[in-house]
Amino acid sequence: MSGLAYDVVVVGAGIVGAACAEECARQGLRVAIIDRDVIGGGATAAGMGHIVVMDDSEAQFALTRYSQQLWQQLRQELPADVEYEPCGTIWVATDEEEMAEVRRKQNYYAQRGVPTEVLDPQTLERLEPNLRKGMAGGLLVPEDVVLYPPCAARFLIERAQGAGAKLHLGSSVSQIGNGLVRLADGTEFSAAAIINAAGAWASALNPGVNVKKRKGHLAITDRYPGFIRHQLVELGYLKSAHSTSADSVAFNVQPRKTGQILVGSSRQYGAEHGEVDTGVLTRMLQRAQEYMPRLAELSTIRVWTGFRAATPDKLPLIGPCLGDPALFLATGHEGLGITTSLATARLLVDQIAGRNPAIPIEPYLPSRVPAEHAYA
Amino acid sequence: MSNITRDQFDVLVVGGGPAGLAAATCAAECGRHVGVVDDNPALGGQIWRGEVGKAASEAVDWYARLRAAGANVLCGTRVFHQPEPEVLLAEAPDGPLELKYNKLILATGARERFLPFPGWTLPNVMGAGGLQALVKSGLPIAGKRVVVAGSGPLLLAVAAYLRQHGAEIPIICEQASWGSLVGFSLALLRQPQKVRQGFALRKQLAGISFAASSWPVSARGERAVEEVVISQSGKNKTVPCDYLACGFHLVPNSELAALLGCRLRDDLVQVDDYQQTSVAGIFCAGEPTAIGGLELSLVEGRIAGLAAGGSAPAAKPLFAEREKLRKFARVLDRTFSLRAELRGLPLPETIVCRCEDVTRSRLAQHTSWRAAKLQTRCGMGPCQARVCGPATGFLFGWAQDSIRPPIFPTRFENLITFNPEAERSEITGGRG
Amino acid sequence: MPEPITVTVNGTSLAVPGGATVAVAIVLAGAACRKSVTGETRGPLCGMGICYECRAVINGQLHCRSCQIICQPGMEVRTDE
Repeated sequence: MSGLAYDVVVVGAGIVGAACAEECARQGLRVAIIDRDVIGGGATAAGMGHIVVMDDSEAQFALTRYSQQLWQQLRQELPADVEYEPCGTIWVATDEEEMAEVRRKQNYYAQRGVPTEVLDPQTLERLEPNLRKGMAGGLLVPEDVVLYPPCAARFLIERAQGAGAKLHLGSSVSQIGNGLVRLADGTEFSAAAIINAAGAWASALNPGVNVKKRKGHLAITDRYPGFIRHQLVELGYLKSAHSTSADSVAFNVQPRKTGQILVGSSRQYGAEHGEVDTGVLTRMLQRAQEYMPRLAELSTIRVWTGFRAATPDKLPLIGPCLGDPALFLATGHEGLGITTSLATARLLVDQIAGRNPAIPIEPYLPSRVPAEHAYA
Repeated sequence: MSNITRDQFDVLVVGGGPAGLAAATCAAECGRHVGVVDDNPALGGQIWRGEVGKAASEAVDWYARLRAAGANVLCGTRVFHQPEPEVLLAEAPDGPLELKYNKLILATGARERFLPFPGWTLPNVMGAGGLQALVKSGLPIAGKRVVVAGSGPLLLAVAAYLRQHGAEIPIICEQASWGSLVGFSLALLRQPQKVRQGFALRKQLAGISFAASSWPVSARGERAVEEVVISQSGKNKTVPCDYLACGFHLVPNSELAALLGCRLRDDLVQVDDYQQTSVAGIFCAGEPTAIGGLELSLVEGRIAGLAAGGSAPAAKPLFAEREKLRKFARVLDRTFSLRAELRGLPLPETIVCRCEDVTRSRLAQHTSWRAAKLQTRCGMGPCQARVCGPATGFLFGWAQDSIRPPIFPTRFENLITFNPEAERSEITGGRG
Repeated sequence: MPEPITVTVNGTSLAVPGGATVAVAIVLAGAACRKSVTGETRGPLCGMGICYECRAVINGQLHCRSCQIICQPGMEVRTDE
């Protein structure tokens, strides 16, 4: 059944696969995108949808900042249903220890050209009156954005299709490698390059890939326009949410363009089933309500779960797979896939096309991560 | 955080309509500690809404029996989650409830199926049962012109009720053909009580024009509906009105059953001889098992109540009656199945999902419920696709995705009232 | 018949039959319940708490299903109209 030949076959039509397909198609490559389900049906649909700069590590900062700038360049072309909302992030400090972190963060960002503003308690209260009284202050990062990821993924795929890419939805991939992609129904595609952008399922296609599922819960309320105005994140977030050993919850809420409040977040390892975990959900919402007592009375209309693709060092895998130079990985973005999708696509196509990357690619190369790396 | 009230029952019944009343009564008469929860302000379900504690009716008899048997009644209370097996969480007027049970009976009833057509989102275009419920809740209807349209026996009952309360009914439009309605009438003849009801109804409806193979094509008006264009025998005709009462038969409320893991087929809850679902200890009675009307709901409720109450043998003599009524349910299903032409009612610009205002043309670009939902927000609003789900199922053949808690919107704080201590200790907070 | 009771809809007092739901009070006041997300005026549809078209602000609480709540004396109701 062979005969379908492409320059690049992208497996996975989430935001990362969509961005890779679009970047490849724009370079004039013949591209196919394959997904077992729908566009943006995995972590793209389940996640919060933020475009944020993060500073867990120098490499994480470089990737998130680069990608945020790419989103800013794309902004004028995004259709309304992408709901691009440059609301900014406020990192909320509850005490002096966390205010010290605010100042450290501000300093870090200032040195790297990211505008921020330190908020005193009064300013914070004026900006976000529904936060609990008595906060120590916060750090406003005004260039951070929230958007609606499934439509962003569709937009990128439509651009890819506009440049000639072919989309195959509802097709399960059974095998990839050595220039061949085989579907469960026996169809085969040959490709000069294959991109595994299957998110948390990437290791099912390439068993050596060190990506683990990290389950998350989210809840969304009915419409309460103006209830919050910025994405709000607790400063304990970095320490707790990125712990690789324990399940964790953190206060993270977003104003959606619809007026709805999106409430997160939770992180769990080892959970394979998508069912709502009442214990984790309870803790997550409790944490949110501690920060924002008036959430209590809002009508909550849906709760869902999803799986992030997590790597041991919290950085994505962008580049050739060990042992198969024609097979590329674009996965492991954990909670930052929407933010870093565009930069991932650039860096990957830089490698495929032999271009010079805008930022050093070494921290993201799959070869850095031993396949058998043990989790803490 | 609001305080949670905890209660424990031998038998918990969800839904206080005929099936739930019968089930709760029979279980309580077996000597069990029984609780009945219902979202509505009073018992009776939709069919007996407003009649409990009022005029003499069958409802009053059941209510008296239920009280005599000592069951606890919790109205204005809606179940939204099962945090662990044998525990339900509900939202009540005074705060959240944690309801533990040994046996559970689901009697969650049915709702109207709504189909989109141009103008169906105008104020005063309502469900047939919807308008009836409002009139039962105090809406004056005397002197108002009401076009009754859609499908199913409910249309006749609603028209009769509204007329009794002074409404003028210019026409009843039934989408089913005369051919299928004749078959339905013949089936009715085999059911003496239905024949009696039928004769009574005919008298109440005397002089009202009834059109088969007829349906609303569009509703028009400035601030609210002023006229309806109906298709009748292939021709369009405009009828002025104050209300359009329009529902296309019923669909089961099977969301709670689905959440609890009960096996469904075509959205109907599958039960054994004793009305037990695929989950041991969880029973289901009435419309969620098959759209069959009042008598079937009552007998299924009695069987479920007896079985859950520990008197299964006493339920056996009721099986024959149930079997007869189930045959009627199958006839109902055939008679009022929707004709394909109705798929053509919504124009490209007609809204299908009323919560998120998603039009037919936007939905038509997608090939599955999930794709449509993610790309258009269809079904993401507070009704949780209870209106647009059955509509898109009919229009596009889409099946819904899985059910997740909360199965109804609920206050944020209600979702954190249940706190399994064992799990708490394993989870670290942000910093604390 | 139960005694009529007085509620306020969009700032105007009106008497409704005792036992009437808030949805009925809204219709009697000549109001619709809410504006849809694209600005259409909406009234009750299902009458039984399923469709959420009858959402209104009751005593300051947003998104209440007016068809499932019985009028209480002095209740303040606001609609999106």
